[in-house]
Amino acid sequence: MKILVAVKRVVDYNIKVRIKADGSDVDIAGVKMGINPFDENAIEEALRLKEKGNASEVVVVSIGSAANQDVLRHTLAMGADRAILLETDVNVQPLGVAKLLKAMIEREQTKLIMLGKQAIDDDAGQAGQMLAALLDYPQGTFASTVQIEGDEIVVTREVDGGTETLALTLPAIITADLRLNEPRFVKLPNLMMARKKPIETINASEFGIDLKPRLNLLKVSEPPARKAGIKVGSVEELINKLRAHEGIQL
Amino acid sequence: MTILILAEHDGQQLSAAVQQAVTAALFWNAPIHVLVAGNGVEHIAKQAALLAGVEKVIHANAAHLAHPLAEDLAKLILTISAEYQAILAAHSSFSRNVLPRVAALLDVAMISDVLEITAENTYVRSIYAGNILTTVQSTDTIQVLTIHSSNFVAAGFGDSAEIVHIETPAAFGKSRWLSEVLSQSDRPALSSAKVVISGGRSLGSAEKFEQVLSPLATKLGAALGATRAAVDAGFAPNDIQVGQTGIVVAPELYIAVGVSGAVQHTYGMKDSRIVVAINQDPDAPIFQVADYGLVADLFIAIPALTAAIQ
Ligand SMILES: Cc1cc2nc3c(=O)[nH]c(=O)nc-3n(C[C@H](O)[C@H](O)[C@H](O)COP(=O)(O)OP(=O)(O)OC[C@H]3O[C@@H](n4cnc5c(N)ncnc54)[C@H](O)[C@@H]3O)c2cc1C
Ligand SMILES: Nc1ncnc2c1ncn2[C@@H]1O[C@H](COP(=O)(O)O)[C@@H](O)[C@H]1O
Repeated sequence: MKILVAVKRVVDYNIKVRIKADGSDVDIAGVKMGINPFDENAIEEALRLKEKGNASEVVVVSIGSAANQDVLRHTLAMGADRAILLETDVNVQPLGVAKLLKAMIEREQTKLIMLGKQAIDDDAGQAGQMLAALLDYPQGTFASTVQIEGDEIVVTREVDGGTETLALTLPAIITADLRLNEPRFVKLPNLMMARKKPIETINASEFGIDLKPRLNLLKVSEPPARKAGIKVGSVEELINKLRAHEGIQL
Repeated sequence: MTILILAEHDGQQLSAAVQQAVTAALFWNAPIHVLVAGNGVEHIAKQAALLAGVEKVIHANAAHLAHPLAEDLAKLILTISAEYQAILAAHSSFSRNVLPRVAALLDVAMISDVLEITAENTYVRSIYAGNILTTVQSTDTIQVLTIHSSNFVAAGFGDSAEIVHIETPAAFGKSRWLSEVLSQSDRPALSSAKVVISGGRSLGSAEKFEQVLSPLATKLGAALGATRAAVDAGFAPNDIQVGQTGIVVAPELYIAVGVSGAVQHTYGMKDSRIVVAINQDPDAPIFQVADYGLVADLFIAIPALTAAIQ
């Protein structure tokens, strides 16, 4: 069984993103980029399934510019077998991502497809569910454990109020939550080796899929910041302030 | 055209967030329908019918909707979608699972976690863990969206609307619901509690998390929250994680205890009315979003605070 993992290249989660002076978009020129954290959980889980003998090959796909090669190299260094870049300069939105991934799955004939539960730049959390819809596959979103059992994958999902467990008939789509696993550290020699592995590049326009954004970006702005308040010197002062100034009954 | 709200419920009760979704739906100045799908949930359909502003409740009853799966709900919504201009729900794990599937089947984009609706097809939402606001305009004919509940007031209840029953399509069949583990708690629900006390990694263990924070929570009638670090370490259950990938809360009073204040955490609490932070590091970022900061060892300050209040 082949597993396909979709990874997005995003601004590093530690960076506080700024906006362009004219408010037209975010300004990410020269900012540190990396693999979307949830996608790293997805690739880690795919590798573990392969190590357990549940899968024969792990194929990674990323959609974006040539710069995405760095995150693909990272996944190769983690242990992925093959990497494919669907190259485009368009900022592809989740529906377009799902359509391109569908085309890749039809080409690669993979039975299990893993994505992150959300990209930390757009915070959409949509591509996995959309892909499952387009393929008419079952979906296991926000996964915190997965297990292959015969022709099914049993997935425990993190939901409001607790967890829920489903059994999905393969082929299926899984989206990874952070608690699915702890991604492995990439060792330097592996990184060096990954440099030599080829990355297949396909021009995304070859699929004849309309990638035009459905949502037009009108403007970006900074949210009103919470103002830092005051420091109090003691528990008593804290209680007094809350009672006297905020009308909070304690 | 008409607006459709996908109602969330737990089999017993309608989710309170449906009330906020109704307020959001009022924006279009069009009739509002609410879809209640389940097995034996007639009483929930009746609750929904009492929501002020709702014109019609659509009730789908089927054995396989007892634990509604995204696959089945999406199929169901597709049978009625032609009538609607917008389909929306609160941004919960339930609708985040279902609505993107619906949007893809309709071949439209989805707008997640909308903070504000500014025109029939224009929305303000946040990106980068709440660091940036974007205004986006949808070019699709059907709008599929989830709303950021705390930004909308809850609609009230009034006269009963009409309830209609619709046929449910056959089960999807390729997914099976097996089980669920729901946290039991006597405390108020985290997402709607008036007071929330959140603990971080610094609590050190599940036992101490409970020992230190519980007595204060009991006295204040507060819900407990946690950081991701505390949840990952096993000090607190996953469903009380506050933040970008957890729950968003906006209580009257939020008390952050030994929480550093990473943006992924503050995303989930920055709309609270009053924020109190207790942290031993005077430079902890949490103090930048706190109205009242106390630089102290939590293991001393929290018992003292608990003792000092009635
Ligand atoms: C994609 C992604 C999504 C994430 N989503 C979330 C999310 O939804 N929610 C979330 O919370 N995090 C999230 N995180 C993690 C987030 O970045 C932080 O790592 C996390 O919030 C830190 O938790 P913490 O404050 O408990 O721990 P730390 O950052 O380790 O902070 C501990 C704090 O406790 C203080 N302290 C220690 N001992 C004491 C004492 N005795 N008394 C008083 N203070 C003390 C320290 O000064 C420090 O400030 C996410 C991260 C990523 C990458
Ligand atoms: N440009 C992309 N290339 C590859 N995978 C992507 C891309 N965008 C999104 N994804 C995948 O879809 C998931 C959800 O993204 P989103 O719906 O944008 O929040 C991500 O975690 C990735 O696994």
